[in-house]
Amino acid sequence: MAEEVLLFGAWGSPFSRRVEMALKLKGIQYKYFEEDITNKSPTLLKYNPIHKKIPVLVHNGKPIAESQVILEYIDETWKGHPIFPKDPYERANARFWAKFIDEKCLPVIHNALWGEEKQHENAVKEACELLKHLEDEIGEKKYFGGEAIGFVDIVANIIGFWLGIFEETSGTKLLTRVEFPKLSNWADVFVSSSGIKENLPPKDKLIAYLRTRFGTRSTDASK
Amino acid sequence: MTSLVELLTYLSVSLSSLSMAELKLLGSWPSPFSYRVIWALKLKGIPYEYIEEDLSNKSPLLLQHSPVYKKIPVLLHAGKPICESMIILEYIEEFWPQIPLLPFDPFQRAIARFWVKFADDKIPAMWIVYRSSGKEQEKAMKDTVEMLRVIEEHALGSKKFFGGEEIGMVDIAFGQIAEWLGVIEEIVGVKLLEDHTFPRLHAWILNFKEVPVIRDNLPDHHEMFVFFKRRRELLLSSSQDQ
Repeated sequence: MAEEVLLFGAWGSPFSRRVEMALKLKGIQYKYFEEDITNKSPTLLKYNPIHKKIPVLVHNGKPIAESQVILEYIDETWKGHPIFPKDPYERANARFWAKFIDEKCLPVIHNALWGEEKQHENAVKEACELLKHLEDEIGEKKYFGGEAIGFVDIVANIIGFWLGIFEETSGTKLLTRVEFPKLSNWADVFVSSSGIKENLPPKDKLIAYLRTRFGTRSTDASK
Repeated sequence: MTSLVELLTYLSVSLSSLSMAELKLLGSWPSPFSYRVIWALKLKGIPYEYIEEDLSNKSPLLLQHSPVYKKIPVLLHAGKPICESMIILEYIEEFWPQIPLLPFDPFQRAIARFWVKFADDKIPAMWIVYRSSGKEQEKAMKDTVEMLRVIEEHALGSKKFFGGEEIGMVDIAFGQIAEWLGVIEEIVGVKLLEDHTFPRLHAWILNFKEVPVIRDNLPDHHEMFVFFKRRRELLLSSSQDQ
């Protein structure tokens, strides 16, 4: 059977773009379907009945949901340009930081940018403490993955690109170059890397979209 | 060719000596996250040293090896720490592939990882039922029942275990539902997992607790009840003082 790879995504979603980054880095041909997340297609609901969210990868008719699960599947199925390290300990480390970003950082960052006014200072402090862990983790490395873009870099796309956009629309700056020189530098390198830069949504279009949809308060509900 | 043979010999010797290397588990009774790792290690027959942590007085060892979260469980393998229970399980699975806990096929593995993530995302609701009251607790109860409904309808199918005929990583991930949920229900005085509403889950719980490694490695029900009941009283009274 000829290989068929479908991706259901949304142009502004970092989670959707993660999957595209991995597919493009590995040179995998795929057919993309843009979902209107305010009016989800019956096909999407069929492929992801539990969460009803993008991204969903469909490989030869079999659907996989959840961006990090999809990335692991892609790496196990297509061996070119591996995004996971080979060593089990390094793999555990990569999984740890990816989980840290999605489960710990994102809700706290969201709170710091769009949370209640009276808790703003504490929320910003908490977000900066978390970003400091990422600052320490990137250290002197070019990428979280070392010399090449890896799993953590792709998952951190939201820090590397979308955070700047959210900071502009919310009016709160978290990732300052003064406080986070290494992480800021990583972000610069990441967004200008081949395989990534072609895969980022247009900045102005994204800012306009967030402002239209959510006013001056925005969410990362682009799933 | 000789150098390839040498390389392979070197790798197999170093990996096997690493696999025999010191393995320590920092855990805490009766944490279900701690038990996940115990179950995985025992199912695979891997010897390890267990170190009980006093969570009210965390050891320098724990703080050093879990600097971000300062939480158990932590697996120390030849001194190198791995944190987060399901990440520890993936590590154990890769290092000791005997008695596999994940399917061989990548698509089936993706399905398993989907459910592992679901477990970690949704299980906190039952702990919110445990430690809250009023509207917050009501919402958490709804969320818990919804989680159970999704598992019942979508995750088990007609299989004996989530892993098929043998238990696997998803069974371990959902293990809290088999024992800890019952304790929470007793303490709070609600029934969320009704046997007739969730027949598949009910059957799974019985099967799960009959697996010898699980049966022999569960905290004593009554001791857990006493422990969690006392802790809940402290939690609720301190939140009222605020």
